[in-house]
Amino acid sequence: MPEALSAPLVVEFPFTRSLGPVQSAFLTGLRERTVLGVRTADGKILVPPVEYDPVTAEELRELTGVATTGTVTTWAWNPAPRPAQPLATPFAWVLVRLDGADTALLHALDAPGPEAVHTGMRVRIRWAAERTGAITDIACFEPYGGDGTGQCAPHDGEFADPVTGIVTPARLDYRYTPGRAQSAYLDALSGQRIVGERCPSCHKVYVPPRGACPTCGVATTEQVEVGPRGTVTTFCIVNIKAKNLDIEVPYVYAHIALDGADLALHARIGGIPYDQVRMGLRVEPVWTEGGRHPDHYRPTGEPDADYDAYKELL
Amino acid sequence: MRDTAIVAFAQTDHVRHTDELSEVEMLMPVLHRVLDATGLKASDIGFTCSGSSDYLAGRAFSFTMALDGVGAYPPISESHVEMDGAWALYEAWVKIQTGQVDTALVYSYGKSSPGEVRDVLTRQLDPYYVGPLWPDSVALAALQARALIDAGDTDEAALAAIAHRSRAAAADNPHAQLRGPVPAGEYVVQPLRTGDCPPVGDGAAAVILAAGDTARALCPRPAWIRGIDHRIEAHSLGVRELTESPSTYLAATRAGVFERPVDTAELHAPFTSQEVVLRKALRLDDSVDVNPSGGALAANPVMAAGLIRLGEAAARIHRGESERALAHATSGPCLQQNLVAVLEGESAHVQ
Repeated sequence: MPEALSAPLVVEFPFTRSLGPVQSAFLTGLRERTVLGVRTADGKILVPPVEYDPVTAEELRELTGVATTGTVTTWAWNPAPRPAQPLATPFAWVLVRLDGADTALLHALDAPGPEAVHTGMRVRIRWAAERTGAITDIACFEPYGGDGTGQCAPHDGEFADPVTGIVTPARLDYRYTPGRAQSAYLDALSGQRIVGERCPSCHKVYVPPRGACPTCGVATTEQVEVGPRGTVTTFCIVNIKAKNLDIEVPYVYAHIALDGADLALHARIGGIPYDQVRMGLRVEPVWTEGGRHPDHYRPTGEPDADYDAYKELL
Repeated sequence: MRDTAIVAFAQTDHVRHTDELSEVEMLMPVLHRVLDATGLKASDIGFTCSGSSDYLAGRAFSFTMALDGVGAYPPISESHVEMDGAWALYEAWVKIQTGQVDTALVYSYGKSSPGEVRDVLTRQLDPYYVGPLWPDSVALAALQARALIDAGDTDEAALAAIAHRSRAAAADNPHAQLRGPVPAGEYVVQPLRTGDCPPVGDGAAAVILAAGDTARALCPRPAWIRGIDHRIEAHSLGVRELTESPSTYLAATRAGVFERPVDTAELHAPFTSQEVVLRKALRLDDSVDVNPSGGALAANPVMAAGLIRLGEAAARIHRGESERALAHATSGPCLQQNLVAVLEGESAHVQ
């Protein structure tokens, strides 16, 4: 059995999210170096503010200003910051109850070491130089010598040019491993062979193999070389050019039942005008230099297959 | 309430890497083991429900691939939760309560090895105020641990003792990833050391549920689910009292935990400090055997570790080692969401 394959895989996406009125006021406030909380029916000030009361689910809309200084309610020293965390040097994660607020905000505290951090210590916001209306407009907290003044001034939450949405980029890095069956399939492809696997129970041959028979729920293990020739079972004509794809439209994309396979795979058809491709057309793979799978399939010139020969594979 | 029991449980050996296996290849052996244990065929199962997360391995719709291992064609009655399999079990239990089916197959799997699970789990957090800071799972657990230490609920030595007891218990668990003595190690995020954190690994588990006489026919000593409930905390960490778990207490109350003492508790506490919170919330004293399997500190396949707690508790009842057991599963940061079930053997059912 060949060694299990692996390859780097990056999953990256920018989430675009709209904001409710309270979130919009809070994040716009951060841009303007102002921290807003929201008042609940029983008079508590929640910072960061939420749109609905976490206990009663009542809609919350009454905003109020709170101080940019506060007290650490719990902390954890992070000796090895990870990518995208607020500080690149060792720092403390902290929950901070800002003066005037009744709940705590999660952020980073820039401190020289864990011995300089304790629950109850006084801190203040260090603002980011460039602010866009995001939680990262707070660069971090820093130690602060002053007392709490409990500043809590009414604020209508109105700002010029309010932030109504945020874009939060996310990137996760993986090392993809396709597993036993797909590794064997890819390994055979590198020798320009197409190898499926047979179900020991129903004897169907799956190409590409995924390791299990979806009908019987058992492992497929017997490797079976199929093709290289096959039959077009069904097809479509692609008229819209895909981004970054160097293929002229229109072209044909088809389901192809390789000889010996019980499942059709899909591929592009070339070497024939798009409007002459038909069900039952006999085709063979065309490999290009260095390609890891067939570039496309082309007609073999054989007579078309009888419908009965492939109707079960449609 | 319709009498429903866990009649079979199987799990993989949990290991750091399973590069040679796809999800379905990892999962299939445990599916076959629970079917073999009951003599059921896949086609006999009334309802199938799974739990997993595509973010772990970065593989879109991996649960549809995993369904190949069930034999899902022609189409079966099936559902999936993007949660720990304990919540898939809850859905299957509800399905049995409706009377539509008598049996259910529940499975879950997690392959954390392809990614960095500490970073992956940040993507489940509040995307407005918390996610952009990328606080990893250990950091959030460490904030909770510090709050517990400040409150006098525990200290680092007590946490180390929980770690030691768990891995010592796992010495008898052939599926566990960490067995026997494990050094306390360096701080990962202070106050949590490597020993306070769960191993990162891959694994899968499966359970079969059955109702009434079907359960009695399938299993010599079914583990009857006497109560099951799940509850959630407010999502903002700064609103919560991190040293308590009111959601666990409420779920336990509604599941009937406090009606009579339990002899065993399988707690899903990936971090040592979380066991402290759960013991308080569940009123567990030293008479209760906590995590005889070693718990999540011995093996923590994300998305399966909660279902495994239910399975381990049930397996002890199957073997006659427990009369009344509590099983708990958690999801989210700092015990955000909690599920509690009470399982009993047949004799305990007779009042």
